[in-house]
Amino acid sequence: MKAKQVPQDNSPSYSGHKKLLYAVEDNGHYTGIQSSGWEIENFATQMAVDELKQQTIDAIEDYHSGKTSALAYHMCKHRLDITSLSQATGFFQWQIRRHLVPQTFNRLSQRKLKIYAATFSITTEQLTRVPEKP
Amino acid sequence: MSEIVNHLRHQQSSHCETGVVSNMLSSKGFAMSEPMAFGLASALTFAYLPFVKMAGLPLIAYRMPPKSIIKSVAKKLNIELMSQRFSSPPKGMQALDKALEEGHIVGLQTSVYWLPYFPEDMRFHFNAHNLTVYGKNQQGDYLISDPVFEEVVTCSPEDLERARFAKGALAPKGLMYILGEIPDNIDLAPQIYKAIKKTAKMMNGIPIPGIPFFGVKGIHYLAKKIVELENKPSKYARLYLGHIVRMQEEIGTGGAGFRFIFASFLDESSKLTGDSELFELSQFVTEIGDQWRSFAVQAVLFCKDRKSISLQDISDVLIKCAEMEKQLQSRLLSLSAFK
Repeated sequence: MKAKQVPQDNSPSYSGHKKLLYAVEDNGHYTGIQSSGWEIENFATQMAVDELKQQTIDAIEDYHSGKTSALAYHMCKHRLDITSLSQATGFFQWQIRRHLVPQTFNRLSQRKLKIYAATFSITTEQLTRVPEKP
Repeated sequence: MSEIVNHLRHQQSSHCETGVVSNMLSSKGFAMSEPMAFGLASALTFAYLPFVKMAGLPLIAYRMPPKSIIKSVAKKLNIELMSQRFSSPPKGMQALDKALEEGHIVGLQTSVYWLPYFPEDMRFHFNAHNLTVYGKNQQGDYLISDPVFEEVVTCSPEDLERARFAKGALAPKGLMYILGEIPDNIDLAPQIYKAIKKTAKMMNGIPIPGIPFFGVKGIHYLAKKIVELENKPSKYARLYLGHIVRMQEEIGTGGAGFRFIFASFLDESSKLTGDSELFELSQFVTEIGDQWRSFAVQAVLFCKDRKSISLQDISDVLIKCAEMEKQLQSRLLSLSAFK
């Protein structure tokens, strides 16, 4: 990549920050150059972020229609999935899958709720609530 | 609360770990650039890890695992590296305070997700982000040099504690490290050749049949996986390709999965040793990096639903990358310090 080719596409995901890239100057030697974003990279990031947002919206709908528990919403909102939530809480994946069922979740002990709340860094009171809109 | 500000020279970097190494060494009076740290640690590689999932997609790494860079640079330069993990968060924070009071600059492993100064769209659960703490202000907030940011930042003790003790894959467990004294006369030249040899050897992958996940073999394997996406739902194919591009470009790689940083290392080495062959190699690695970037372009064009590009085309670009890296390997291996 030539220094002149370093993309400056003002990616929204950078929130005004700049990243350092390495590129070749006219004399053939390398130098560090700040980039405000690359459209290609931004598209990939945006796709992943949109997917996460969509999952959160689905989780809210599923909660209000009684299909899943509040845990599903908090999991998606904190950008976790069953695998990573299992690693972060120490619960088995099958336990988490059960906790995603409203009836099971409503009967969870305070101890287990506290583990989830601590992982999301919220209170147990907040853990049982889901907003109407994201 | 009294203020502590230890001497630190902050310079922005592409990648967190090499950036921390470069900043810590430079602050201690031994100027080392980020690419030099990257190259000396033989950090360049390729790994496709189908059993490590991130958001349900396989992990693709372009460098050696976390903490290996700081370890091997310290070893090469014969500097003592004192590192500590903690089982209890309060103890971890006390140890950090104590080290700061003693005048050290302290490297930490943290989780990106819990660091409040990161932009929203870049916060994800990645537990191996490195940064340097160099002091504490009067409000009790920590003064932090995060190498991927332009300027130094601050972070409250609560947030920093959460980031240091995040759980999950690659959990930092409060890891902190301090560099010892730097020896007087360091001769980098022989180390450079050794490090390049090691990188070249790793490019072939692991010499065990049936493990096609590393080095050039790994790239061929990924190319095959991309063709196989044909039989998957189109949404999965798009997310998968987008995921590769993010791993390659977004996640602090300095572009093209660290290939440009490595090229910059070769360029710097050629200046240092006066070996013009290293400069030629640097130009070749630049071409490889450009090839990786054109792979990213093709992959994203496919995601945008351009019918003109097939998965086979994308796979072919990647195979070209693999072939070029194979050539690079033989050229690196035939390199000699004695002309």
